[in-house]
Amino acid sequence: MSLRTETGPYFGDFGGRFVPESLIAALDELDEAWQLAKLDPAFHDELDGLLRDYVGRPSPLTEVRRFAEHAGGARVFLKREDLNHTGSHKINNVLGQALLTKRVGKTRVIAETGAGQHGVATATAAALFGLECVIYMGEVDTERQALNVARMRLLGAEVIPVTHGSRTLKDAINEAMRDWVTNVGHTNYIFGTVAGPHPFPAMVRDLQKVIGEEARAQMLERTGTLPTAVAACVGGGSNAIGIFHAFLDDADVALYGFEAGGEGVDTERHAATIGKGRPGVLHGARSYLLQDEDGQTIESHSISAGLDYPGVGPEHSWLADVGRARYRASTDAAAMDALRLLSRTEGIIPAIESAHALAGALELGRELGPEASILVNLSGRGDKDMETAAKWFELIDGEEGA
Amino acid sequence: MSVGETIDARVAAGTGALVGYLPVGFPSLGASVDAAVALVENGVDALELGIPYSDPVMDGPVIQDATQAALANGFRLAHGFEAVRAIRAQVDAPVLMMTYWNPVVQYGVDRFADDLAAAGGAGLITPDLVPDEGDAWLAASDRTGLDRVFLAAPSSSDARLALTVEASRGFVYAVSTMGITGARADVDRAARELVERLRTAGSPRSCVGVGISTAEQVREVVSYADGAIVGSALVKALADGGVEGVAALAAELARGTRPTG
Repeated sequence: MSLRTETGPYFGDFGGRFVPESLIAALDELDEAWQLAKLDPAFHDELDGLLRDYVGRPSPLTEVRRFAEHAGGARVFLKREDLNHTGSHKINNVLGQALLTKRVGKTRVIAETGAGQHGVATATAAALFGLECVIYMGEVDTERQALNVARMRLLGAEVIPVTHGSRTLKDAINEAMRDWVTNVGHTNYIFGTVAGPHPFPAMVRDLQKVIGEEARAQMLERTGTLPTAVAACVGGGSNAIGIFHAFLDDADVALYGFEAGGEGVDTERHAATIGKGRPGVLHGARSYLLQDEDGQTIESHSISAGLDYPGVGPEHSWLADVGRARYRASTDAAAMDALRLLSRTEGIIPAIESAHALAGALELGRELGPEASILVNLSGRGDKDMETAAKWFELIDGEEGA
Repeated sequence: MSVGETIDARVAAGTGALVGYLPVGFPSLGASVDAAVALVENGVDALELGIPYSDPVMDGPVIQDATQAALANGFRLAHGFEAVRAIRAQVDAPVLMMTYWNPVVQYGVDRFADDLAAAGGAGLITPDLVPDEGDAWLAASDRTGLDRVFLAAPSSSDARLALTVEASRGFVYAVSTMGITGARADVDRAARELVERLRTAGSPRSCVGVGISTAEQVREVVSYADGAIVGSALVKALADGGVEGVAALAAELARGTRPTG
């Protein structure tokens, strides 16, 4: 049975639409527009053209030999989503949803953002299509990702710091949903990940699966065979689903998602939702969730704003439950070490998010041995993270930490 | 009296019901019980008792601040049932709980229903549970006889209104306007049309909520709906003026449900 044909609203026991009734009509409208767009060659022509001429797809596949020397001798290949316009995989999804916004005749888009990559991508698409754009971002994240705030504002978007709750990504989503409930008549919510109510998990997956489709063909062309394992970081899970999806029916290809282990999954400061959470309802879908006994969401922690999310997309929860994908955690420290290692060995500075997958690949390589080949989704570039990295490694005053 | 009977009695008396919202545990568990009792003693016909939740997507800043304060003060779900029991020991008005869905799921839908019924609660208002996702709750509420109040919105299609009316018991919560909780100067004309559409869809009772904060708005709403629901304004009165303050506002709002003269 193919695992690639799931279209939602449910992925096994996960997914659904747990939202106020006020949003149901908009979700229905979006779902219908998406189903029609998927069948419309003109839509695909326009999107494919943008992905090619504006984003720069297909993104390259880079073999990283010097980095791989630290990974038990396994061959390591990076899918270079960091080279996309705006610097991450987020643009793939945003362009599709922006085109859809035009199709449903709305003139204003809103989005949540954690690290700021989805916000930047949305602000970019809004500029390109002449849409009014408001980005909700947790106040904590506006501080640790100040550069991306400036980018969004330069692109003409309004950035609203969210001061309620934990002041991070989950609260930015709450605030964006409140905006959407209020302004749904002329506003489309461009959701950034494969979480949220149907149709977002399936739609965002469909818009991101190009990553894995390209990478699968590139691996075959480069090595004549499929990779032993595919590794990706998982916050909400859009880059991971994007690279996993093409491989779901390749039973011999192991799929590994790396959640943010923060200060350690046995501490209280991590974002290992699948590893340490249990099923619950948040942001419109049933999925794994970090929560207390009463069902109150627990604040997550990660050095990486993009992974600092106590929920996860329902398709990942399903893939974990059926055993098709495995989910582990990389700590802050392991991710930062991997970030520096890739920078020093390959001249590629990854986003801290993606560095969680790199840390995981180092671990996998040592386990799988020199015969293995590992495909890693390098979901974003690290420019936005220089301040965090400079502090972590004490680079600014010239004294590098251990 | 059940929620339905309570509303019907007020409609029969020529006006409509006033439903008052307050969150449990704000500013403290004891004070929230006292405030709820004071609402009833000052003319509120039915209570909507909010369960504080970490991610209240339907709520505006006033209720967010209050429920966050309650959580910070150590609110636990068990306090919700305690509050219902304490209120029901003092006043006879029906008490509905307003809760986001995840706390119910984690507590166990059947266990939640049993404990709510045992505490003397009337049922649940579920802002982020639509009937389509509500099988477990439909079964548990049928088994226990609890009321289930689902929301209807101006944007709901006729087919969805029919589904909501069919699934609801007690009343249907007609969301006055497209938006979240919080006082508004004008309650949308959309509310009047929504109530009319709900009636056409077969709803025996509709109460209008979201954005209602004054006696004048209450009076206007009960002229076409079976009840008016006030939340943020009461929470703000409690925050600013304590139990006395919220009692005074309740009395004033209740005048909106009495014949003028």
